[in-house]
Amino acid sequence: MSLPAREDGKASQSFRFDVSDRTLILAHLGFSFIALLLGAIAGLLQALQRTGFITLPGGIGYYQLLTIHGVMMALIFTTFFIFGFLYSGLAKTLGGTLLPSARLYGWIGYYMMVIGTLMGAWAILTNDASVLYTFYAPMKASPIFYIGLALVVVGSWLGSLAVFINYARWRKNHRDQASPLFAYMSVATMVLWDICTIGVAIEVVFQLIPWSLGWVDRINVELSRTYFWYFGHPLVYFWLLPAYIYWYVNIPHIIGGKIFSNSLPRVTFILFILYSIPVGFHHQLMEPGISNFWKFLQVVLTMTVVIPSLMTAYAIFATFELVGRKKGATGLFGWFRKLPWSDVRFFSTFLGMAFFIPAGAGGVVNASYQLNQVVHNTLWVTGHFHITIAAAVIMTFFAIAYWLVPALNGRTLTPAANRFGLIQSGLWGIGMFIMSTSMHIVGLLGEPRRTAYTVYNDHPVVAAWAGYRFFTGIGSILLFTSTVLFLAIVAYLWRWAPRSNQPVEYPIGQADDRHPQPPMILERWSLWVALTVLLVLIAYTMPVYDMIRHAPPGSPGIRSW
Amino acid sequence: MSHAYMPRSEKIWLAIGGFSLFVFLVVLGILAFGMGMNPPGHMRTIAPEAVHTTSPFQEPKLVQTGPNTYKATMVAQMFSFVPNELSIPVGSTVHFELTSPDVVHGLFIPNTNVNIMVIPGHITEFTYTFHSKGDYLILCHEYCGAGHHLMMGRLLVQ
Repeated sequence: MSLPAREDGKASQSFRFDVSDRTLILAHLGFSFIALLLGAIAGLLQALQRTGFITLPGGIGYYQLLTIHGVMMALIFTTFFIFGFLYSGLAKTLGGTLLPSARLYGWIGYYMMVIGTLMGAWAILTNDASVLYTFYAPMKASPIFYIGLALVVVGSWLGSLAVFINYARWRKNHRDQASPLFAYMSVATMVLWDICTIGVAIEVVFQLIPWSLGWVDRINVELSRTYFWYFGHPLVYFWLLPAYIYWYVNIPHIIGGKIFSNSLPRVTFILFILYSIPVGFHHQLMEPGISNFWKFLQVVLTMTVVIPSLMTAYAIFATFELVGRKKGATGLFGWFRKLPWSDVRFFSTFLGMAFFIPAGAGGVVNASYQLNQVVHNTLWVTGHFHITIAAAVIMTFFAIAYWLVPALNGRTLTPAANRFGLIQSGLWGIGMFIMSTSMHIVGLLGEPRRTAYTVYNDHPVVAAWAGYRFFTGIGSILLFTSTVLFLAIVAYLWRWAPRSNQPVEYPIGQADDRHPQPPMILERWSLWVALTVLLVLIAYTMPVYDMIRHAPPGSPGIRSW
Repeated sequence: MSHAYMPRSEKIWLAIGGFSLFVFLVVLGILAFGMGMNPPGHMRTIAPEAVHTTSPFQEPKLVQTGPNTYKATMVAQMFSFVPNELSIPVGSTVHFELTSPDVVHGLFIPNTNVNIMVIPGHITEFTYTFHSKGDYLILCHEYCGAGHHLMMGRLLVQ
């Protein structure tokens, strides 16, 4: 194991990544950017097809493109980027380097995920898995697709082990001390991920793989959907929590403030673990085989996340206001103008936060039992998750990439790159505003999601969709342009930006000293995991038992594409 | 969290939020359990390959069950609805019952609250009253394969 490079010989105050950590983190980020490029190309083409701008050249299917878009963006880009970001913050906050054993698990997990991704991509590109990223049975994809997915999940478990090992070692060496906030939140994110991926792992390993290999003939469809959505909803919190980490921990430093509270953010993360998992039925409200009581119970549990969300909103804006006032702002909203609007590390993030306000409100609509009937499976839902994952989360990831990539490569975020970053994130904001607004409205007018271009025999209802389709297409072009610009800037920062002789700045906010230490019970993970399991058992035991006991004869697999 | 520092304004903010949430959930609960406004569902099951030979789906059709009430027994299959043309007088209440012999489908009627998931092996039921005249589009809103975007039907309310 090599020691951190210290060219100036006295860099103890500053930070340099250990060269082995750097390689591991860059490997994750690099792969995530490749997935982003593939996902963006597929996203643009499918968007232009469904909105009537283009017809696809022979041999490429709309649903095939949509599968690539969903898998690459939702599953692969996010997961790889998140691991890269969390490893970097752990190295920074837990003593300067990752432990060699953690690094080893990180690498094994990385290669498993890469191989799994390549297998899945191969199955999709050969048109043997046009089943979208939700792969609902009894549509049956090639076993290569499912085995690839299983490798990605198991690889991510090894990656999470790397997070846990570093945290456990730090705790052992710092008894009776609260862990650094970044590390605490990383552990919470991975606890959530490991608990929720058990569902999709059971679905893939025990249902889909044996069935697609022909070892068993039939599959319990409703059970498989339930396993999927047990995973599918916390999946969105797995994307969101790393963005929240950046908002809570890194942004205060970037804007020149302090972490608002060292305890409450930990409580919010615990609440997100508890109340994002036993809630998958709110994705299944419109379907049979689950009784109304259990659907309603999970709706109530779903809505509980309103509380930690409001706490987060308060803390973030309180941080902003305190910074603004410290810089001399007066009046009720004067602080707003004191924020560093020309710093892309903040600006892109702030745009994402702004999108997240209507996104949260839309989420309440989606999950609210009766109202779901109005929007379920319409483009409203697609509009919704494009302003969560594809605005709040990804715009935060853009902001992170703009300083993390040069920091890892010993380079600087130049003023020019920063300016291009402002243009890129602004373009993304405009494109996403146009596209998601159109999608929300046309969804209310009845256009279904996940559907190739169609006019339904020129039915009059479709005429009302035309204008919104046009603007959806325009938005997708702006978003694609923004993605290409982002990747170009990142490539520059990776490879060509001026080298920095100074140790890099890794922005980590400091907690306000006036606040008391976080209570140690928050670090008792066994307790929080046990509570989560308890809630899951309450929410799922009876309905799953019913699904198995009163199951219809299962379904044979069908290739319908 | 007695250890945590929480300003008064945050307590007020959370109290307002928490109270709104509580009221909201009570409203949802009253609508659901007091007024019977529940989403589509049902616990009946059926063997997927026996759909075409099992009553009532062996002869799926719209039948009148009373003054102004109808039962629409439908099969959603790759890539059509059977039957795919329905016609009812305005003000009719239609009780839908659907199943699928193959993959997962959906039945959605834009500009109404008819929004139903059709899962093979299960029967989904939903009741809706059509108060306005019109030429309603019926479409499949769950991806079901290469012909998904062609899967449609019509409902005339006269």
